[in-house]
Amino acid sequence: MTTLTQIHSKITWINKKPVQEVLRYLAIFLVAFILFGIILWLAGKNPIEAIYDTLVYTLGTPGGFSEVIVKMIPLLFTAIAVALPSRVGLINVGAEGQLYIGALTAASAALALPDLPAWALLPLMAGAGLLGGALWAFIPVWLRARGLVNETISTLLMNYIAPAIVSFFVYGPLRATGVASAPQTPDFSLSARLPAFFGTRIHLGLIIGLLILGIYWYVMKYTRWGLEMRAVGGNPQSARRNGIPISLYLILAMCIGGAIAGLAGMSEISGIHARLRPNFSPGFGYTGFLINWLAFGDPLGILLMSFIIAIITSGGDILQLSQGLPYAVLNILLAITLYVVLAKPSFFERKKA
Amino acid sequence: MSLLALLGVLSSAIYSGTSLLYTTLGEVIGERAGIVNLGLEGVMLISAASGFAITHITGNPYLGILAAMIAGGLTNMLFGYLVITRKANQLASGLATMFFGFGLSALIGASYVGAKIESLPRFLFPGLGYLPVQYTSQFKFDFLIYLVVPVALGVWFLLYRTRWGLGLRAVGENADTAYAAGRNPHLIRYITLFLAGMLAGLGAAHLSIVYTRTWKEFMTAGRGFIAVALVIFSKWHPLRAIAGALLFGGAVAFQLLLQASGVKVSPFLLDSIPYALTLLVLMAWGGTRKHSAPASLGRVYHGSE
Repeated sequence: MTTLTQIHSKITWINKKPVQEVLRYLAIFLVAFILFGIILWLAGKNPIEAIYDTLVYTLGTPGGFSEVIVKMIPLLFTAIAVALPSRVGLINVGAEGQLYIGALTAASAALALPDLPAWALLPLMAGAGLLGGALWAFIPVWLRARGLVNETISTLLMNYIAPAIVSFFVYGPLRATGVASAPQTPDFSLSARLPAFFGTRIHLGLIIGLLILGIYWYVMKYTRWGLEMRAVGGNPQSARRNGIPISLYLILAMCIGGAIAGLAGMSEISGIHARLRPNFSPGFGYTGFLINWLAFGDPLGILLMSFIIAIITSGGDILQLSQGLPYAVLNILLAITLYVVLAKPSFFERKKA
Repeated sequence: MSLLALLGVLSSAIYSGTSLLYTTLGEVIGERAGIVNLGLEGVMLISAASGFAITHITGNPYLGILAAMIAGGLTNMLFGYLVITRKANQLASGLATMFFGFGLSALIGASYVGAKIESLPRFLFPGLGYLPVQYTSQFKFDFLIYLVVPVALGVWFLLYRTRWGLGLRAVGENADTAYAAGRNPHLIRYITLFLAGMLAGLGAAHLSIVYTRTWKEFMTAGRGFIAVALVIFSKWHPLRAIAGALLFGGAVAFQLLLQASGVKVSPFLLDSIPYALTLLVLMAWGGTRKHSAPASLGRVYHGSE
C-alpha cells in the first residue's frame, strides 16, 4: 500500500547519541504543548493552568508520579508490539485488539485455575496472554503473507471485533454471579495478581516491560535476526535474493508483537484491575502505535516517549477534573505531537549519523 | 417475522448505509488521486460533532449539514498539508488525523451530549402513496438519502467523463507523467482531498443530524475504516461503492433482523458482524485487487524540478 523505505532509511538509532535524542523529544513536546495550549485557549479554557496543574500533579507529588509509571507500563508493551513488526515493514495498528484478546485468555486461565500458587498461575496467565495476542495477530499477518488483505486495514477492523468478544464473555459465560450491577468477571484469586511495590500500584509488569525492551534492543542491535529483519523491512527484494525467508520473518515479527500486546492485557488485568471488565483499555494499543512512530522504533525513544505520553494521559484526568473537559480531548495533544514529527520541520530533522 | 418488521429492517439498513456511501465515495476519489486517508474516522467525527453543534445552535439542519461539509473539507486540508506539502507517510498521517478527530470532536461536542435537535423533513418515496399508513412510514426518507445515488453517478461522471477527472486519475496512476502532461499534481490532490472531506462530512452529517439525531463520543464506531475497506471492495469504482454500502446496510439489517426475531444472540457479537463481514469480503477480493488499484496509491510525489 505504501513504500516504507523512506522511513526505514531514517532508522539510524543504532549509532545515535542519547543526549541528542532526549533534546529532540523535548523540543517536539514543547511545540506540541504550545499548539495544544492554543486550541484550549480557543475553546475558552485556561491552557497555562491546565498544563501547570498537569505537571505539578504528575511530577511534583509522589502519588501522581507513581500513577504516571503505572500508566507507562502498558504503553511500553504496546509500543514494542508495534515496533517489532514495523522493523520488517508491517504496520500493526491492531495492538488494541491483541491486548483485549490477551487479557481475555489470561483471565480465563486465572478463573479456571484459581487455586494454583502464584509461581505457577502467573506464568500460566502470561503464557495464555502471549498466546491469545499472538493468535489474534496471526490472522492479519497470514492474510498479508498470502497477499490477500493489507495488514493495516485488517488490524484496524479487528480492533472493533476484539472488545466485542471480550464484552460477550464478560456479560455472558465469565460474568460474576450475584453482582447484578457491574458487568465483570469474579475477582481473581490473590495468586493471580502481579505483586506491587512500595505501597503504590506500580507492579511487576514494569520490570517485565523493561526486560522486553532490553531484549528488543539487544536482538535488533547485536543479532543476526535483527540485521535480517532490517533487511526485510528496508529492501525486501534484495533480502529475498540473499535467501532470507521473508514470509517467515513477517509472520514471526507480527505474532511476537501481538504476543507482547497480549501480555500488556495480562499485566493490566492482573496488576491493576484484578478482574476483567469490558472496555478496560483507554486506547493503549493506539497510543503504543503513536509512541513507536514518534520514537522511530528506537528503544531509548520508546522508553522516553512512554514516560512523556504517560504524563500527558495523566493530564487527561486533570483536564477532566479541573477544566471540565472530556478525557478524549487529550487525543488532540497526542495528534499534534505526531503531526509535528510527521511534518518534520528542519530543526527536528535527524542529523545523519 | 411480519412483513412490517422486515420493511422496518430494510428502512434502517438504507439509513445506515447512506452515511457510509457518501464517505466511501469521498475516499474513492481521494484514492483515485493516489491518497489513502485512514483519518476518515477522525474527519467523520469532527464533521458529525460540528454539524450537530451548528444544528443545535441555529435550529437549522441545513446549516448544520453545510458546517459538517466544511469541517470535513478543512480537516482533510490539514491531512493534505502533511501528506502533500510535507510529504509525510500517508498511513501515519491518517492515523494522526484519527487521533485529532477523536479529541477535537470530543471538545466540540462536549456541551451537546444528550441535546435534542430539529432534523430534516422526510418525504414518502414517490409512487407509494396508495399503501396503508403503517407501511408508508417505512418509506419516508430525507433528501440526503434520495441524493446519494445521484451523487455516486455524479462522482462517476466526474472521474470518467471530464478532463478534470482524467487528470485526477492520471495523478493517482503516475504523478510524474501527469506533471509532464501539464497537470499540477499537488493542486489536484488538494482539491480532491477537499471534495473527499466534504463528502465524508456529508456522510457524517447524515449520521448525527438525521439518523441518530444525537451526539456522543466515538459515535461513528469505525465507519471511517469500513469506508476505506469498501473502497477496496468496490475496486476504486464509485458505482460499485453503491453495492458495498448496500452490503454494509445489509449487515446492519441482518443484525437488526436477528434481534427483532427474538433469536438469543449476544448483542456484542452482532455488533461485530459488519467488521467481520468487511474483513471476509476483503479476503474474497484479495486475489484480484492488485489489478485495479491506482498505481501510485500511497506514494509520495516529490515534485519534478
